[in-house]
Amino acid sequence: MFRTKPKSTFYKSHPLSLLIKILVWAAIFITAFVLLFIIAYIFVKGIRHFSLDFFSLHYNSENVSVLPSIITTIYMIFISLLASLPFGIGCAIYLTEYAKETRFVKYIRVTTETLSGIPSIVYGLFGMLFFVTYLKWGFSILAGSFTLSIMILPLIIRSAEEAIIAVPDTFREASFGLGAGKLRTIFKIVLPSAMPGIFAGIILAIGRIVGESAALIYTAGTVAKIPVSGMDSARTLSVHMYALSSEGLNTDKAYATAVVLVALVILINLLATTITKKVGNKQYE
Amino acid sequence: MNDKYQITDLNLFYGDFQALTDVNMNIKENQITAFIGPSGCGKSTLLKTLNRMNDLIDGCHITGKVLLDGVDIYDNYDVNLLRKNVGMVFQKPNPFPMSIYDNIAYGPRTHGIRKKALLDDIVEESLHKAAIWDEVKDRLKRNALSVSGGQQQRICIARALAVGPEVLLMDEPTSALDPISTNKIEDLILDLKKYYTIVIVTHNMQQATRISDATAFFLLGEIIEFDSTSSLFSMPKDKRTEDYITGRFG
Repeated sequence: MFRTKPKSTFYKSHPLSLLIKILVWAAIFITAFVLLFIIAYIFVKGIRHFSLDFFSLHYNSENVSVLPSIITTIYMIFISLLASLPFGIGCAIYLTEYAKETRFVKYIRVTTETLSGIPSIVYGLFGMLFFVTYLKWGFSILAGSFTLSIMILPLIIRSAEEAIIAVPDTFREASFGLGAGKLRTIFKIVLPSAMPGIFAGIILAIGRIVGESAALIYTAGTVAKIPVSGMDSARTLSVHMYALSSEGLNTDKAYATAVVLVALVILINLLATTITKKVGNKQYE
Repeated sequence: MNDKYQITDLNLFYGDFQALTDVNMNIKENQITAFIGPSGCGKSTLLKTLNRMNDLIDGCHITGKVLLDGVDIYDNYDVNLLRKNVGMVFQKPNPFPMSIYDNIAYGPRTHGIRKKALLDDIVEESLHKAAIWDEVKDRLKRNALSVSGGQQQRICIARALAVGPEVLLMDEPTSALDPISTNKIEDLILDLKKYYTIVIVTHNMQQATRISDATAFFLLGEIIEFDSTSSLFSMPKDKRTEDYITGRFG
């Protein structure tokens, strides 16, 4: 469309357009402001409480060191994903490539949808009753990360399923047409094409692991030491933050922990995006 | 000339719907056989029967016999081996999202070839046969999706040739391409006739007259007429064939 009139006269004759434009801009501004404000607030309140002994190897009530929690968080991410990914992606492959629409498949779908809607504290309770008490693992990283791996399973399944469905059928046809079997088609053609989508799901899952506190307090405990084995109790950054702010003595250190947490999340996201690009580009060059 | 395919009393159903009725035809070796007819007449369905791609569709079953070199491909035949011997080129160019080299090497690797030198040879030879080597030889490591549609289709033809088939099935291979690319592919198909038996589905009657030796006219799942291309187009025996090729319907 050619606009011969200048903008101002356009809005004079179309006042509603102006109103909508203002509303849209207001929405953008408010959203961006809230997000930036939270991050700035955390950084301003937190970064000045950074000191060398905040990152010391041993936690005590003087330095409230964050280092054990950083290490625990990384362990927790790693073990949870390790336990969850094979089942999640395997389940997605089954649902998309093998299963017919039977009643059994419908049950699996309903179950995963339901699991994704359950509050995390319920997972925590289950983890405590099953892993901690029944299996006698005690408060431990293992009990915590297994609980989290169940919690993120629906997320992994959903994102992998959608990514696999999005792979065009023409790729499958071409592969079968060359005499490739189903397994080869899935692992050499379908999964590599679905990788970016699967990685997006993994990033979301990492977000949930890093942000979880309720489920972990009941399964991994709150010990603030660098864990030696998977059977040790330990606290992640979120739990550390929760502990500091609920004790009320070190609220400023809680902000400092939040800075570390935000930085860690940004770092992981950057890393994951680079990996996704690498995985995608390896075949393209 | 020998018969490559012998099809007798073939009926094909998608669930309750009968897509092919009493098909009887012999497809000759080292000839180009064209299937023509209006949309939904069963020509693509018959093509997909020849390498059992119909197996992938739920509820599809057939009666009758389809013999390839005298052996029934629906009776205890290794379907992956069948598809190695009977290559397929699809309507829309569908290279895998990987390098040109890996696209061509995918088939041979599937069938157990691992040696780099041998793969290199197969890739070069296949691209030569598909008349695209000169255009892509300097960018074999580039993504196959980065070249033009016509080039992609010739890469797909090279990919099909790389597993060493005897028969090449083509499902409207030029319908998504511009006239110049179409021309190149038609020349290529004529070239390939020396080494392969080719069956091509086409919407384009001029294309059938330009390249094929024999033509089958389909209507509502039946073969109305099957004859040498020259006689089918110059003196059709059936009124319906005549109506179709003179453009009275379809």
